[in-house]
Amino acid sequence: MAGRVMAGRATGTIYTTESGVPVYGIVAEYATPADLYRASEMVRDAGYARWDAYSPFPVHGLDEAMGIRRTRLPILIAVIGLTGAALGYLMQHWMSAVDYAQVVQGKNPRDWEAYIPITFELGILSAAFTAILGMLAFNRLPMWNHPLLRKDRFLRVSDDRFMICIEASDDRFDPEKTRHLLEAAGGTNVDLVEDEPEMPVEDDGGH
Amino acid sequence: MSVLHPDEATARRLAGLVPAPVGAADPGKGDGSLEDEPGKRAPLVLGNRSFGDVTNIVCGYIENKPARWWLPTVLFTGSIAGLGGMFIAYLVITGIGTWGLNNQVDWAWDITNFVFWIGIGHAGTLISAILCLLKQRWRTAINRSAEAMTIFAVICAATFPGIHIGRQWMAWMLFPLPNANAIWPNFRSPLLWDVFAVSTYGTVSLLFWYMGMIPDLATLRDRADARMRRNPNGATVLPFVPIRIDRLRAFVYGLLSLGWRFSSRHWHRYETAYLVLAGISTPLVLSVHSIVSFDFATSIVPGWHTTIFPPYFVAGAIFGGFAMVLLLLIPFRSLFPRMSDLITLRHLENMAKIVLATGMMVGFAYGMEFFIAWYSGSQFEQEAFLYNRLMPPFFAGEEGRYAPYWWAYWAMIGCNVVSPQVFWFKAMRRSPLVIFIVSFLVTIGMWFERFVIIVTSLHRAFLPGEWHMFTPTLVDIAIFVGSCGVFLTLFLLFARYLPMFAISEVKAVLPQASPHYHPEPAGPAGEKGGH
Repeated sequence: MAGRVMAGRATGTIYTTESGVPVYGIVAEYATPADLYRASEMVRDAGYARWDAYSPFPVHGLDEAMGIRRTRLPILIAVIGLTGAALGYLMQHWMSAVDYAQVVQGKNPRDWEAYIPITFELGILSAAFTAILGMLAFNRLPMWNHPLLRKDRFLRVSDDRFMICIEASDDRFDPEKTRHLLEAAGGTNVDLVEDEPEMPVEDDGGH
Repeated sequence: MSVLHPDEATARRLAGLVPAPVGAADPGKGDGSLEDEPGKRAPLVLGNRSFGDVTNIVCGYIENKPARWWLPTVLFTGSIAGLGGMFIAYLVITGIGTWGLNNQVDWAWDITNFVFWIGIGHAGTLISAILCLLKQRWRTAINRSAEAMTIFAVICAATFPGIHIGRQWMAWMLFPLPNANAIWPNFRSPLLWDVFAVSTYGTVSLLFWYMGMIPDLATLRDRADARMRRNPNGATVLPFVPIRIDRLRAFVYGLLSLGWRFSSRHWHRYETAYLVLAGISTPLVLSVHSIVSFDFATSIVPGWHTTIFPPYFVAGAIFGGFAMVLLLLIPFRSLFPRMSDLITLRHLENMAKIVLATGMMVGFAYGMEFFIAWYSGSQFEQEAFLYNRLMPPFFAGEEGRYAPYWWAYWAMIGCNVVSPQVFWFKAMRRSPLVIFIVSFLVTIGMWFERFVIIVTSLHRAFLPGEWHMFTPTLVDIAIFVGSCGVFLTLFLLFARYLPMFAISEVKAVLPQASPHYHPEPAGPAGEKGGH
């Protein structure tokens, strides 16, 4: 368990295990979505900020139980979608009415009506790309390597387990108190998660 | 000390540790999913399944050895696809004169097949987008396979306009790319709208499908990873090839799942993005077949020049698409173990109802075309409907005029309007065999619908001196059959290597997925008290 405490970066304390590997956080398992929901409310009310609940499917209402603020993704999608539509319209107008103006079927090339279908499609296309790429970017994905994915028990989250992990980088993180909180919330198999072993942790002179 | 959670109880029962309770299914409820009482919710997944069961069932299709029929079937459909490819090569080398086209009928099977396949592609997005917005939770059982089907249908569809242009190596000119002639495509042409609509639709459907699969691919990754950690010396891909199957799986599914780790903060943005995608795909799916119908409706050809075309085409696309979903899923649910627990009779019944509803819309449109032809007072329009399509030889009056393609028209009416009427009867729309037969007829009928619209309108237009019949050649037939081969091969590969169900979505509609779920046995789930 959390052994010696090392003074680390200016931002705060770095906890390490007895073997000197930095701690990513403490993880606890919950049996059901209902348990996870209750435990999330407790962790939220305890004031933690850098923590997360893990579940095989989105548990209804868990974002409120965790106190997650609504994502701004829809605004980004709307802005880029409308920009894509506007650029799509300008492209058609420039190509058909400016760069190589042509009268087709006796209609003024500056008329806007015939350009609407493609404007619409290009707006949808930009919005769809923003939705998925924006979701990934906001989630900091792809991230093919993560301390949690190295834990054998964590792999069962993708099947039928529910977990909460409170990260050591949280200001309120304390090896003992955090562990007690997770247990009091009904967590089982409470365990430390080791951070990337590649992270430089050598005590150069010992702070 | 601890109360056994019902989820665990089910898991134990299914693992064979506890004998299964012998529950006599109510015969009036079919497999248990048919609930006629309005106040009661019928189960969406049968067999009192746990979360782990859902994972095991769906991942089992990929991880277990394939059934014996799979390899021969995929080789057969793959050969058909390859044969179709060879005929396309022949067409490109020789020219589209190898099709049965002539001066009068210059669009025939190529565009028929295009509209046929793009129409089939509409069911997937309808199920994943519109039914999502309408909160139809039963869609979770079918959305993944329907979305896959959409993509494969769009691939087949996009082939035909691509090869029908004559000089296929100039296909890049469909897109506004700078070129030596300094000319741009004609943005005022419905054919170009079509290019943008279909390519946008294909891309967005692919994104939607892929995004939905990310968590399920992560599940497959984690299972392979866990097996690797337990037993690093598992089976290899082939004897003497030192690549472990599970290592390969963990790598490929891991790469594709982008490191998804089921975080709730991620789920929050994921669900938002999914909802937005559903919201923007809904007008998109309605626009695509509307734009396809503009190809015809903006022309002056009698039989094409019709304002009813956009809604009529959209209804027809959903109709044909659902028929294809049923056509694929009904055999699959009997061939794959325990799939009938996920796709229940109620799912089939719901889809049969949609087929009936959209079939009635299509039937209404067929009737309306005649009314408008009469009401317009245009002789050309009336003749096109009466003597290009409707009139069979045995009703031809004294003049002996009849529609040479009357059999195609009546095949369409029989398949699309008459056959779905059996779904008014409860017993019929609850019988997988009946639904399968009707879906098969509807699929044929929808192909004939496009043939009727395109060929019968063209073959006798304004000048009788130019009238000409269309006869398909071997190349016409082989390329169409080849496209069916491509479609089936892709679907079989999908069923073997990708999750056929949205695992996380199916879990989320199980009753125990609710955070406010209380198991029926004594003792609330939360009071387990530590460990």
